[in-house]
Amino acid sequence: METLAFLIRRVGQAVMVMLIISLIGFSIQDNLGDPLRELVGQSVSEAEREALRDRMGLNDPFFVQYARFLGNAVQGDLGTSYFFKKPALEVILRKFPATFELVLAATLIIVLVSVPAGIFCAIKPKHIGARLIMGLSIVGISIPVFLTAIFSIYLFSIELGWMPSFGRGDVVELGWWNTGFLTGDGLEHLVLPAFALSSIMLPLFIRLIRGEMMEVMRTEYVRFAQAKGLHPRRVLFVHALRNTLLPVITVGGVQIGTLIAYTILTETVFQWPGMGFLFLEAVNRVDTPLIIAYIIIVGLIFVITNTIVDLIYTYVNPMVRISGVKG
Amino acid sequence: MALLEVRDLEVEFAMRGARLKALRGVSFDLDAGDRLGIVGESGAGKSMAAYAILNLISEPGRISAGSIAFDGRVLNTLPAEEMRKVRGDRIAMIFQDPMMTLNPVLTVGAQMVECLKTHRTISDGEARALSVQKLREVAIPSPDARFDSYPHELSGGLRQRVVIAIALLLDPAVIIADEPTTALDVTIQAEIMGLMLDLCETRGVSLILITHDIAVVSETTQRMLVMYAGRVVEQGETRGIIARPSHPYTRGLLQALPQRNKPGAELNQIPGSMPTLAELPPGCAFHPRCAYADDTCSGGVPALRTLGKRLVACHHAERLK
Ligand SMILES: Nc1ncnc2c1ncn2[C@@H]1O[C@H](COP(=O)(O)OP(=O)(O)OP(=O)(O)O)[C@@H](O)[C@H]1O
Ligand SMILES: [Mg+2]
Repeated sequence: METLAFLIRRVGQAVMVMLIISLIGFSIQDNLGDPLRELVGQSVSEAEREALRDRMGLNDPFFVQYARFLGNAVQGDLGTSYFFKKPALEVILRKFPATFELVLAATLIIVLVSVPAGIFCAIKPKHIGARLIMGLSIVGISIPVFLTAIFSIYLFSIELGWMPSFGRGDVVELGWWNTGFLTGDGLEHLVLPAFALSSIMLPLFIRLIRGEMMEVMRTEYVRFAQAKGLHPRRVLFVHALRNTLLPVITVGGVQIGTLIAYTILTETVFQWPGMGFLFLEAVNRVDTPLIIAYIIIVGLIFVITNTIVDLIYTYVNPMVRISGVKG
Repeated sequence: MALLEVRDLEVEFAMRGARLKALRGVSFDLDAGDRLGIVGESGAGKSMAAYAILNLISEPGRISAGSIAFDGRVLNTLPAEEMRKVRGDRIAMIFQDPMMTLNPVLTVGAQMVECLKTHRTISDGEARALSVQKLREVAIPSPDARFDSYPHELSGGLRQRVVIAIALLLDPAVIIADEPTTALDVTIQAEIMGLMLDLCETRGVSLILITHDIAVVSETTQRMLVMYAGRVVEQGETRGIIARPSHPYTRGLLQALPQRNKPGAELNQIPGSMPTLAELPPGCAFHPRCAYADDTCSGGVPALRTLGKRLVACHHAERLK
């Protein structure tokens, strides 16, 4: 019962955050030019414009307009893109799979690299390899992502000719989804952008995991586990790692959310046909409904990831888990 | 030959070029079924000695000299895997703070079963049955339910009982208890101490009891070690030392105890505090705090010498007699 209450509370918070995001998104509308100019030409008379404004409700008080916007948004109507002349939501969702697969691939790389690297640096801090990783991660933190992206294109695509330099390659349509995971060409196209995107978070994650791990290795319960004569492997993976990954999940989950923001840069450099690339184009075209739809959808993704991360954290950490309820 | 023989044990830490000695030549014997007390203020090196016996000193520290012989084998030169098999199975340890000793993300049962499964070939069912039985032996109410509890669901006293149950799980020959009740509520300290002593006694387990509290040592052990700044300053039969301390430090510890017959009387704390390893005074490390100190004391480190039936490291031990 209490888990249910917790769930409801957490979802309530998520809804609040979404309301605020939608309010911000909606307020942008007024500041990005006159919607009428995009819909009707210059030739329409002032009286006709005024009539049209009335009919569209643009003269209503702010909150009436906002409520209407919200009502439509909940039903999946985020307005119509000026440029594509199609529902903004549909235009964006069409691009969602590309971005999702990019972020997913980058996340996989981050997890697969940072967990072993972080653990290694924590338990063998004096090893030459550990020093090298720590040194590289300092350098890595200070290089902006577009430099990494451009440099990797230069090296691997232009100089060495190993990797394609732009686009997503062949994709397979699966209903409303499309995936590059199922073709060799699609996977090849994914490598560079995914590495460039992961490079932003990789140093941070390695340092985070290393720091947490070193902390945990000094705790009494790790010493007690050693004093019980457990295998070093078991001490590391059962006693230390779980406690290390708890804080990493919280910080990490939030950071993975922010990866979506970085896709704007990465997708643009690699001309990756995803939401980020689309967003930048929408900004250039002052395609207000599309911009707002992007903000709201990205906000929604962010809120959903955070909520899921929170729930996972609660599940794996029995101290947070409400006592009396067994998982 | 004694069950556990520690000889001239030295532990040093490599700190920014300097080598700090946390233990400087500690020797003692522990016979089967005996109880040995180690007392001294914070920083004396008591825990260091305990970790050294189990070869659990972590970087940048290491055992730099001496030997630890247990049951005819030299522990400090054993291969890591052989040493691991001794830990928990033959020599178990109980730590100070039960809030920190148990892993917060594993159930009580999981932390018991893993210990059994590491050292014995045993089925899940047997491991559970044995663990529950041990929980019952340390007088934990409804042990079957507690087996599935997480540590945070238990009180401090219950947790320390769990830790004691884990230490006893494999019927070790020796238990090293490093301040097992210091972190507990005063009202239950005596109860937990009593439980631990009883269980060790009935099972014939030898005990090394580490504590600040010389009163506890005097009530519970046959032999004792008084440590100061990494050295043993007095060592021998507990009864004799408590009745007539030969080292001014031992005497200071005894005088600092609250007097039972004079409640409310002022406590006579030893003035000053234990020096840090980096700033050990020359000669006898205790001399700046000692009422008997003179030039000989700052001049040379007093050797640990035989005086009657005990060992003492003081230039002026005779003057205390
Ligand atoms: N990692 C370390 N590096 C350097 N010095 C250390 C380290 N760990 C402990 N020491 C030093 O070793 C000495 C002995 O420490 P130890 O923990 O054995 O004392 P103790 O007698 O157990 O004290 P307490 O009663 O506070 O537990 C202390 O001076 C301490 O500062
Ligand atoms: Mg200690």
